[in-house]
Amino acid sequence: MVALSALFLFGDFDAEPLLPAIHQLPEAQSRALLHTYRDAVAAKRRKAWLGFVVVAVLYALAARAADVRPGAFFAHIDNFTSYIVRILPHLTLSNFAGDMASWYWNFGKWLLLLGDTLLAAYVGTLLGAVGAFLLCFAASANLTSSRILRALARRWLEFCRTVPDIVFAMIFLIAFKSGPMAGAVALTVHTMGALGKLFAEVVENIDMKPVEGVTATGASWLQTIRFAVVPQVMQSFASYTLLRFEINVRSASVMGFIGAGGIGQEFIVAIRSFYYSDVSAMLVMIIVTVFVIDLLTERLRHRLAGAQAHR
Amino acid sequence: MIGGHPPHRPPGDVDPAALAARYPAYFRPSWRNRAKVGALAAAMLALLFLAMVRLEITPERFAAGLLRLGTYVRQMLPPDSEGRFWFFVEALVQTLGIAFAGTLTAAILAAPVSFLAARNIVPNIFAHFAVRRGLDVIRSVDALIWALIWINVVGLGPFAGVLAIICVDFGGLGKLFSEAIEATDARAGEGVISTGGNQLHRIRFALIPQVLPVMASQVLYFFESNVRSATIIGIVGAGGVGQYLAEMVRMLDLQPLGILVFMILVTVAVIDLISSRIRLAIIGRPPRS
Repeated sequence: MVALSALFLFGDFDAEPLLPAIHQLPEAQSRALLHTYRDAVAAKRRKAWLGFVVVAVLYALAARAADVRPGAFFAHIDNFTSYIVRILPHLTLSNFAGDMASWYWNFGKWLLLLGDTLLAAYVGTLLGAVGAFLLCFAASANLTSSRILRALARRWLEFCRTVPDIVFAMIFLIAFKSGPMAGAVALTVHTMGALGKLFAEVVENIDMKPVEGVTATGASWLQTIRFAVVPQVMQSFASYTLLRFEINVRSASVMGFIGAGGIGQEFIVAIRSFYYSDVSAMLVMIIVTVFVIDLLTERLRHRLAGAQAHR
Repeated sequence: MIGGHPPHRPPGDVDPAALAARYPAYFRPSWRNRAKVGALAAAMLALLFLAMVRLEITPERFAAGLLRLGTYVRQMLPPDSEGRFWFFVEALVQTLGIAFAGTLTAAILAAPVSFLAARNIVPNIFAHFAVRRGLDVIRSVDALIWALIWINVVGLGPFAGVLAIICVDFGGLGKLFSEAIEATDARAGEGVISTGGNQLHRIRFALIPQVLPVMASQVLYFFESNVRSATIIGIVGAGGVGQYLAEMVRMLDLQPLGILVFMILVTVAVIDLISSRIRLAIIGRPPRS
């Protein structure tokens, strides 16, 4: 290294190009350089192999713990294809309308249940976002100097997002005694935790100059947040909330598995009772709904991002 | 203020009225904007109201439920595993196994497919569009639904859970991987091609070094979230602690339930900590202001 930089500093650039000069490095030095380089590469290789072995061992242990049986999988894979074939509807071209009608014989009710699922996701997302909005400022290090208040807000948010929403739903189900409300409240609590963390991260990355400016005019803590912080973070908040709505629609669709209403409840009944064509009918409805909502929110989020870029 | 006061500006320097006259747009309330925001808020509130009617959410029921919840929380105390502590540990290990085996298998399967879904590898718009949408369809089915389907194939137990996680993550990781591949710097690939390398060389020496750290951190992130998913996948009978959770909630067996929930919280927190350490080591510490 030293030899190279000396060459760079004192080499006679006008007289001859740099490259031949490197070739003229004294034998011992060039061998030392090469040695160092090989060592560095070998160390990197060793590290990569070590990582690979660790991951492979963990993988084997995990497969053992989770009872992974590739043999059983390949032996029974025809069950999967035959299951798919069985749930496929019987559609013919000659009587397409009639076949569709008999496939979706209960369309009105399923649509209503799907609507309930969407509404539960909506309530959970909206109220959860409001809760996260109220708490995220207290959880941000740059706005809240009280260590205790910050720790309280953060631990609470952590608890809310670590317990899976469906576990909350099970607990609320015994407390509220009925379906869809428990699901909506569970989504609210979980969303509050998940969004609260993201919101707090956004708030911690704001430009502090407007905050200082507003504080300098004698504004209170709340006024500072209203006029210096909220305008900076609102678009990111909206974008994260839309993303969360997509996730919540998916979660809400399975809330019914434990009895929390919506399309999931009807779906699990169909699966457990082997009403094959009903399974595929509802599955298609769920997939299409999730798909459309993903597309719409993605469009909205891009528009929000565009609006932010043009500010 | 060390080092004296900042230069003081005489109060007469700023005349609000003159400023308002000069920049009217900043001082006039924008009624159009206000109307827009107001209409949006009204629509959202109306939808919320509709939802509360449809889902039968009422303040009275909420209050009664909270009261009942308070009693249940009191019944969780004192925590008592009723001799099932080691069963819980075993189930938690199984849960971690499901999450790890599922995530890693999904990553191994998704990596080659994601190259097909990337615009800069497969320029044919129909090919990569079809792969993308296929991944989207797989992804839009929740893990619990996949678990139900796989139970029909391989029977009850954790293996069905692993297969369910593989399916969901195959869709999710395939999409994220292909986006990472599309976000790479094209110049490295052009460099490889210019020295006489072929397409495979380009992928091996220009693309993989760029995307591998991103992929690894995404896999870790999915692993974290799958530990959470794997705790509930047992509700439908696909292994892990979910089976115990569902059973104890149904039986109102609240003292061990408290222990189990606490154990899940600790496990998830530890996994998050380890995984975020590794993630930061892989991608480097993010710049913090």
